[in-house]
Amino acid sequence: MTATTDARKLAYIAGQAADARVNVELETEGMTLNIGPQHPATHGTLRIIVRLDGERVIAAEPVMGYMHRGYEKLTEVRTYPQITTLVNRIDWLGSFANEVPFILAAERLMEVEAPPRAQWIRTALFELSRIANVVLFLGDMGVQLGAITPVFFAFRDREFVLNQIEAVTGGRFHPNFDRIGGLKDDLPKGWIDETRGVLDRIRTFCDEMEDLVAGNEIFQARTRGIGVIPADVGLSYGLSGANIRASGVDWDLRRDSEMGLVHRELDWKVWTHPDGDSFARYWVRLQEVREACTIVGQCLDGIPSGPVMAKVPRIIKVPAGEAYVETENPLGIMGYYIVSKGELVPYRVKIRSASFNNVSITPWLLKGVYVPDVISILASLYFILGDIDR
Amino acid sequence: MGLVENGKLPKPLTALLNVSRKYSLWVYQWGLACCAIEMGAAFGSPRYDVMRLGVIPFPASPRQADLVVVSGTVTDKMAPAVKRLYEQMPDPKYVISMGSCANCGGPYWDSYSVTKGVDQIIPVDVYVPGCPPRPEALLEGIVLLQERIRSEDMGERRNGDPIVVS
Repeated sequence: MTATTDARKLAYIAGQAADARVNVELETEGMTLNIGPQHPATHGTLRIIVRLDGERVIAAEPVMGYMHRGYEKLTEVRTYPQITTLVNRIDWLGSFANEVPFILAAERLMEVEAPPRAQWIRTALFELSRIANVVLFLGDMGVQLGAITPVFFAFRDREFVLNQIEAVTGGRFHPNFDRIGGLKDDLPKGWIDETRGVLDRIRTFCDEMEDLVAGNEIFQARTRGIGVIPADVGLSYGLSGANIRASGVDWDLRRDSEMGLVHRELDWKVWTHPDGDSFARYWVRLQEVREACTIVGQCLDGIPSGPVMAKVPRIIKVPAGEAYVETENPLGIMGYYIVSKGELVPYRVKIRSASFNNVSITPWLLKGVYVPDVISILASLYFILGDIDR
Repeated sequence: MGLVENGKLPKPLTALLNVSRKYSLWVYQWGLACCAIEMGAAFGSPRYDVMRLGVIPFPASPRQADLVVVSGTVTDKMAPAVKRLYEQMPDPKYVISMGSCANCGGPYWDSYSVTKGVDQIIPVDVYVPGCPPRPEALLEGIVLLQERIRSEDMGERRNGDPIVVS
């Protein structure tokens, strides 16, 4: 082998390498990343297929149905009192709030109204379940971004809220306490004072989270300006709850509609945030827990005396007709559309759950973000799989 | 681990191995539904604190786990993933079925999309009933499983009846 051929070979190789370098810079090979179906960031079993270009997401597709349990079909073979047992388990973190819209819809069909005391206790439990739900989010969001400690705090303080719910309903998780026409039981003795203590504890927890998580520089760097949802896009995807209020839309069914609970008689505030990013969603939820504490506190002061159950026949047959009731649940708007033919069981129940719509924005929202931001955006959207798939 | 599985080890060595396995159970949290939150409370909350029992709930993958807690409703769509998870775990491996849904279908016993019991797919060592079970019930299940591991003969491992927490 002569020197000239050697030189020519080297030049050839160098040219190839240069070409290759140009190619690498111009285009990268696409990659498909499969997140889930079991991933801590998905709160259960959501699967997201993301198509990556380098570290940037070019397409994301949520795959649902891993937790589909057939609620709407099962309700057709359950009597009305049995259905509350089922619908408890839709949004499993704030169980009591799931029963309320269903019971309200059935009450509207039967034309009964719960006595005032029952309505006030309902409101208190409704907001307590909101606290139990969102407190876990406040800690969990830290875990998604690598801070383990907040979730221990969240679990610690959530136990006290669950204790109070258990003291009234007998169920830590799934109370099944709401009845058509009122509540199953009255409050136990001493519950009101104990709950005041728990509310103070939750307020302290909120202060801690504000310092520890929301005030953290790393947390802010990971969430501010990430996953921005403009108000009009959010509304067109049907977002609700804190997700849309974090985009600056001042819309809360507790204040803006006649839900059947006593929120409108109380003095509280709807929080919004103009930014619409992940941080805004965290911040709005943090304030909502504080507001929920205020609401529960006012409920405790104002619970009227009287019976907790209206006169309702022992065997419940709902008259023929249809009713749709939606309430502002911890995750967003939840509604039940009941069609009755006057039998023991409903003819059809359509469930409008908040998380399904909240997740439907992910293909739009995840386009163009980096892989680590996928996790923080999913965490901040805050969905529960039972609420998506039902 | 062929030697251990065939039961060829002398007794003192087996006892030593069993005690070590008992106090270093790595649990993979296969959280599916409501029970996942109660499992989280048992494993992650300061009130229940599973680590005092010698259970480490943070393996990054089923390939590092000795024990899996299947907590929640297993749907027909999820079932292949559960099966695959079990196959990825190294032997000796244990399964705790937590909650009525994983035990037998629970409130969804007549649903068209729910697998009626995870034991149709993978062998189960401990059943923890409840909907959802309290964290204490899960801890009880883990303690009972540890008792079994302590006096276990690897050769006969697969022939025993499952434990039912009551």
